[in-house]
Amino acid sequence: MSSLDEPRPVPPAARPFRLFRRGPWENLATLVIACGVVMLMQPFSIALYGWSFITTLAGTVMFIVVSKFPE
Amino acid sequence: MTESSTVNHLVHHAAQSTPEPVARRVRGLSDRAIAWLFIAPTILLLLAINIFPLIWTIQLSFTNYRANRPNAAVSNVGLDHYASILSDPDVWHSMQVTAHFVLWTIVIQTALGFALAYLIDRKFRGHGFWTTVILLPMMLSPAVVGNFWKFLYQPQIGLFNYIVGFLSGTDPSSFQMIGDIRLAPCSIIIVDSWMWTPYVMLICLAGLRSIPDYIYEAAEVDRASAFRQFWSITLPMAMPFIMLAVLFRGIENFKMFDMVNLLTSGGPGSTTEVASITLKREAFEKWRTGYSSAFAIILFVTVFGLANIYVKALNRVKSR
Repeated sequence: MSSLDEPRPVPPAARPFRLFRRGPWENLATLVIACGVVMLMQPFSIALYGWSFITTLAGTVMFIVVSKFPE
Repeated sequence: MTESSTVNHLVHHAAQSTPEPVARRVRGLSDRAIAWLFIAPTILLLLAINIFPLIWTIQLSFTNYRANRPNAAVSNVGLDHYASILSDPDVWHSMQVTAHFVLWTIVIQTALGFALAYLIDRKFRGHGFWTTVILLPMMLSPAVVGNFWKFLYQPQIGLFNYIVGFLSGTDPSSFQMIGDIRLAPCSIIIVDSWMWTPYVMLICLAGLRSIPDYIYEAAEVDRASAFRQFWSITLPMAMPFIMLAVLFRGIENFKMFDMVNLLTSGGPGSTTEVASITLKREAFEKWRTGYSSAFAIILFVTVFGLANIYVKALNRVKSR
């Protein structure tokens, strides 16, 4: 017979929800934005400069989307 | 007549003067509808001032529209402007000038700002007065600052040249801060640092004041040296605030325009031509409105991305 004081086992979170946690995704989006800004301003390669806008845009859109994920 | 009866009388008059159809209509609305009614003017104003120009700029960035030829036929050019900006060596150069400016201003302002905050936090005699004196430049308009630093940098009569000449033993009129290719970027960095270091100091001071005293007391009990306390307590605990200041100044300096325009207008040559000056030249000197709209959108997305990081850092500081 189980006691009432005994803590109930917490059911493991469903896999898709465990995958879509805000913290790591937000960090990844921040990293992508930072990469885009560095690519925009670096003096070494014009090819990197050319790809900078799309990288920053992707990071920003990603940030907006993942900020709606649960904690 | 007592005060409350006067108030009741006024309220009664106000209620009577409200037109009956309007009063009935408002009485019939839900709380949610009344809340919407109150915020609607603000939302409409925001849409008109912020959102509409943004959408219009996005639309213009895909066309060959020129503002000096409003009646000319406008055609769709797709992503051509974006492609040409992102492969233009001149625009790339202006981005590097901006990066140079952002990097040095952040380094100088953070180092000086944190040092000043650390000194002010010692609470020496008259620290309130000195805090006010240090904060004065931040309260001035950039237009005013740009103009009077232009006078200070004058080779013949400028106080800056005179002081540098006095300290180094050189002739004050032998160098030009604004007119020299090597010195012009430094002159802008000096002015921006003079103006905005107090702001960084304020944020760092908030960080230093948020560190509880008992942590230092515990460190004293453990016989930690002053350097050890600074390295292991002060710096890590003030770091989120320093990061906040760095991000904020980074965003602000990325779109810096007024001071550079007043001091050098991007010259001599293109040595101080930051991105916003290039944008102004494309938009209002060459009248390439579609091209400059695309450039503005590129800058906007960059600032918007950085602002997202800034808000995230702000939330982290708030949750501490």
